[in-house]
Amino acid sequence: MSQEVFHYPGLNLGKAHPRTHAIAQTTIFGFWVFLMSDAILFGLVFSSYVTSVHATAGAPGPKQLFDITSVFAETLLLLASSFTFGMASLSMKYSHSKRRLVGWLVLTLVLGAGFLGLETHDFLTMVAKGGAPEHSGFLSAFWDLVPLHGLHVTGGSIWLICLLGQIKRYGLDTRTKLDIMRLALFWHFLDIVWIAIFTVVYLAGLA
Amino acid sequence: MSTASIVYDIIGRFTMHSLPFYDMVQNPTKENLINGSIAGFAACVAVGGLVIVVAGITYLKKWRWLWSEWLTSTDHKKIGIMYVVIAFVMMGRAIIEAILMRAQQAWGLDGGFLSPNHFGQLFSTHGTIMIFFMAMPFLIGVINYVMPLQIGARDVSFPVLNSISLMLTAAGAILIMASLVFGQFSTGGWFGYPPYTEAHFLPGVGPDYWIWALSLSGLGSTLTGINFAVTIFKERAPGMKLFYMPLFTWAALCTSIMMIFAMPPLTVATAQLALDRYLGFHYFTNELGGDMMHFVNLFWIFGHPEVYILIIPAFGIYSEVFSTYSGKALFGYASMVLAIMCIAILSFTVWVHHFFTMGQGPSINAVYGIASMLIGIPTGVKIYDWMWTMFRGRVRITAPMIYAIGFIVLFVLGGMSGIVLANPSVDFQVHNTDFLVAHFHNVIIPGVLFGLIAGYHFWFPKVFGYRLDERWGIFAACCWTLGFMLAFFPLYALGIMGLPRRTVAYAQPAYVPLEMAAFGGALLIGVALLSLLIQLVVSYLHRDENRVPVGDPWDGRSLEWACAAPPPEYNFPVIPMVSDRDAFTAAKAFGTAYLPPAEYVDITLPKNAAMGPVIGALGFAIAFGLVWHIWWLVCLATLGAFATMIVRGFARDTTKTIPAAEVEAEYEQWLEVVRAATPVTRADETRPVNQGLADQTALGAAS
Amino acid sequence: MSERTDQIGDRPAGLELQRREFYSYVSGVVLALILTLVPFGLVHFGHAPVTTVYWVIGCLAFVQMIVHFRFFLHIGFRQKREDLQLILFSAVLLIIMIGGTVWIMGSLAGRMMLPLQP
Repeated sequence: MSQEVFHYPGLNLGKAHPRTHAIAQTTIFGFWVFLMSDAILFGLVFSSYVTSVHATAGAPGPKQLFDITSVFAETLLLLASSFTFGMASLSMKYSHSKRRLVGWLVLTLVLGAGFLGLETHDFLTMVAKGGAPEHSGFLSAFWDLVPLHGLHVTGGSIWLICLLGQIKRYGLDTRTKLDIMRLALFWHFLDIVWIAIFTVVYLAGLA
Repeated sequence: MSTASIVYDIIGRFTMHSLPFYDMVQNPTKENLINGSIAGFAACVAVGGLVIVVAGITYLKKWRWLWSEWLTSTDHKKIGIMYVVIAFVMMGRAIIEAILMRAQQAWGLDGGFLSPNHFGQLFSTHGTIMIFFMAMPFLIGVINYVMPLQIGARDVSFPVLNSISLMLTAAGAILIMASLVFGQFSTGGWFGYPPYTEAHFLPGVGPDYWIWALSLSGLGSTLTGINFAVTIFKERAPGMKLFYMPLFTWAALCTSIMMIFAMPPLTVATAQLALDRYLGFHYFTNELGGDMMHFVNLFWIFGHPEVYILIIPAFGIYSEVFSTYSGKALFGYASMVLAIMCIAILSFTVWVHHFFTMGQGPSINAVYGIASMLIGIPTGVKIYDWMWTMFRGRVRITAPMIYAIGFIVLFVLGGMSGIVLANPSVDFQVHNTDFLVAHFHNVIIPGVLFGLIAGYHFWFPKVFGYRLDERWGIFAACCWTLGFMLAFFPLYALGIMGLPRRTVAYAQPAYVPLEMAAFGGALLIGVALLSLLIQLVVSYLHRDENRVPVGDPWDGRSLEWACAAPPPEYNFPVIPMVSDRDAFTAAKAFGTAYLPPAEYVDITLPKNAAMGPVIGALGFAIAFGLVWHIWWLVCLATLGAFATMIVRGFARDTTKTIPAAEVEAEYEQWLEVVRAATPVTRADETRPVNQGLADQTALGAAS
Repeated sequence: MSERTDQIGDRPAGLELQRREFYSYVSGVVLALILTLVPFGLVHFGHAPVTTVYWVIGCLAFVQMIVHFRFFLHIGFRQKREDLQLILFSAVLLIIMIGGTVWIMGSLAGRMMLPLQP
C-alpha cells in the first residue's frame, strides 16, 4: 500500500487481509447509508424548528433562554472529542499499543460526558426560566431537536463503553476494529450535526 | 396508595370497557348489538386464530422446528417467505374490512348498520394495514427472496439485521391485530391527521396503536432499505455490472433507496405526534403556537415516495413477467432503468399534491402540480416498453400475464385520473371525494397488488418446488380484474356527484345504485381472495404432479432460475460469473447452464440468531406498554432491548461453514435430476410434464 | 483470517502516511476552531445587521461542515465514487425536503398572517 488507497470513506484499516477489507467495505458503506438516513431525520427536525421559530406564543424566546458561553464551551468539547477520536482511529490503524488506543477512547468519552453534562445543565436552566416544551410550539420544536442530538451523543457514549468492554474481552479483533470505525463515523457525524445546531438554533437565535 | 392507583400501575389504562363486547352487554341497544357483535366476532377470530395456531404447533410438537428453522433463521429466503405470510394474513383482514365498508355505504342511505366510530376504525385499519402491513411486507418479502438470487449472492449483506427488520414488522402487525381485542383503533384514517388525533380530541388508545404500529414497521422498513441497497451495491456476482442487473433488481434498488430516505419523515411526524400526546408538546395542537399543517407536510414528504416504494417493485415484477412470458428480452432496458430512476427522484418533489387545498400560495401549487404531471412521462415510457416487449413475442396467457395485461389497461386509466388530479384547480373540486378514493385504488390495486400477486405466481415454483394450479389462478385473476373494475369505477362517478370519502351515511338516493354496484365488486374481490386460498390448497394437494425440481419452469432469463427449486440454503454452489444481461438465458444458449463447476469450496453462512425474535418481542412489549400506559413494561422492555444489543455486540462465533464435500454431493444429486428430466417446450409449461427444464431447441425459445 | 496480517508491513511508508494523516486531523481542528470562533465572536461582540449575520454564520457553518467531512471523515475525490455520490444524493434530498418545507410552511404562515419573527 504505497499510495494511499481509500477503500471506503473514513479511516481505513491499515494493511489487512483482502477478505477483511471486503467485510469492512460492506459494513462501513452500510453504516454510511444509515448515517445519511439519520441526516434526513435531523434535516426534517431542523425544518420543523425553522418553521416554528415564530411560534413562541408568549412564552420565552431564544434571546431569553440561550446562554452563548455555555454553548461555546459545549462546541469546543465536542470538537475536541472529535479530534481525540481521530487520534484513537490513528493509533488503531497504525497498531500502536492497545493502551494508547484505550487512552484516546477514554478521553473521548470524558469529553463526551462533559458535553452531555453541560447540555443537561443548560436544559435545566431553560426549564427554570420557563422554557419547558409544553409552553409553546417554538419550545416544542427546540426540545425535539437539541435533545435528539443529545440522545445520539448518549447512545454513542454507551456504545463507546461497550466497545471498551469488547477491547478488554477480545483485544483488537476484526469485529472490534470495525465497530470502532463505525463509531468514529457516528461521532464525527454528530459533530457535524452540532455545527448546524449551534448555527441555526443558538447563533441565529441570539443574533 | 389506593387500589385504583395500584391497578393503574399494573395494567395501565385498561378497563372492562376496552373489551369489544362490553358495551354491548352493558347497554344492549340495536346499534351497540350490531357493532358489538361485529367487533366481538372479529376479536374472536383473532384470538381463535391465535389459539388454533398455538394448539396446532403444540400438538404437532413443532415449536423447536419453528424456532430453529424459521424464527431465528437468517436465511433471506425464509425471511422472505415469512414476510409474505404476514402480508397474506393482513390482506385477509383488510379485505374483509373493505367489504364491510362497502356494505355499510351500500345501505348507507338511511344510516346503514355501523356506528360512525366503528366505520372510522374500519377505514383507518384498512388503509394502515393495506399500506404498511400488506403491501410493504409483501414487496419486501418478494425482494428478500428474489433479489439476492438474481444478483448471484449467497444472502443479503446484513442477515441478522434482516431478521430484526422482519420481526419489527411482525411486531407492528401483531399490535394492529391486538387492537381488535384490546381497546379500539384510531378513527383518524391511515394518515392520522392532527389535531383530531391529538389527546384533546381522541384521548383513547386508538391513535397510540396507530403511532406505535407505524413506528415499528417504519423502523423495520428503514433497516430493510439499508440492507437491500448495500446488498445490491456490494454483493453482486463477479462481472455483473449495474447495467447487467435484471430489472426487478433495479426496482429493488430504487425502492430501497427510497425507503432509506422517505421513512425518516414518517418517523419524525409520528414521533412528534407522540410527544404531543404523551408529554404535552405543541407541534400540531390548535393552541400555543402549534400548527397541524406541519404534520400534513411531514407526512406527505414520506407519503408520496411511499406510494412509489410500493409500485416500483411491482414495475420490476411486471418487467420480468412480460419478458419471460413473451420469450423475449425486455424492450428498452436502458430506458426502463432510466424511467425508474426518474420516477424515484421525482417522487420526492411532488408531495404537495396531497394537500393543494391547505392554503399555501398558488405558485407552490403550480410548481408541485407540474412536477406531479411530469411523472406521467417516465411512466408512459415504461408502459410502451412493456407493450413493445410483447410485440412479436410468443406471448403465453398465463395467470401472471392476465394480471400484467390487466395492469397495463387499468393502470393507464388510473394514471390518467392522476394527471387530472395533479391539476390544482381540478383538485379543489374533487378533493376529499370518492373520486380520489377511486384514483388511488385504481393505481394501487392494478399497479401494486396485481404485480405482487403476479410475482407470487411467477416465483412460487422456485420457492416451494411446485407450480400453482393454473385454472384457479386464471379464475382468481379474472375475479380480481372484474371485481376491481366493478368496485372502483362507480366511485369515480360518485366522487364527481359529490360524495365525500369516508362517508358513513348519506341522504342522496342517486348514490344507491352506484354504491350497490361497488358493493358487488367488493364481493367479487372477496371471491378472488378466496380463490387464491383455494388455489393454494389445491396446489398443495397436487404438489407431487406439479413439481419442478430442476427449477426453471418458465424458461426464465435471470440467475434465480439457474438453481434448484427450492434452492439450497447457500443458493449457488459456486458464485456464477456474469458477462451479459439475462445471464441465465445466455448460459442456456451457450450450453453452460447445468455444468458442474471446476472446483467446490467451503461456504460460510451466518448462523441462526435469536436477536431478531427477541428484539421483535421487546419492540412489541414497548409499543404495547406505551399504548396502554403500562410504564413498568416499557422500562423493562427498553432495558431488555439495550441489553440484547450489548450482548450481541460481544458475540463472535456467528458463522457456520458448509464443507465443500457436502456442497458437491448436493449439487451432483441435483445435476442427476437435471439429466433425468425431459426438456419441455413452452406449450407444455403448465402441464405435469414440466419438471423445470426448458427446451432450448424450440423456435424462439432464446432470442 | 489471521490478525497478524493487519500489521503494517513497510514501516517507513507507513510512518510517512501516519504523519500525513496526523497533520490532516490537526489542520482540520485548527480550521474548525477558526470557523467556530468567528461566528461566535460575530454574534457575541458584533453589531452587524441581522440579515448579514445570518448569511455569514450560515456560510461559515457550511464551510465548517465541509472541513469536517474532508479532514475528519476523509471524504474526498480520491476514494471510490459511490460514497461521495451517496452523500451528494442525500444532500440533494435534504435540500428538496427542507427547502420545500420552509417554502410551503413560510407561504402558509404568510397567508395566515402569522408573525415570521418572534
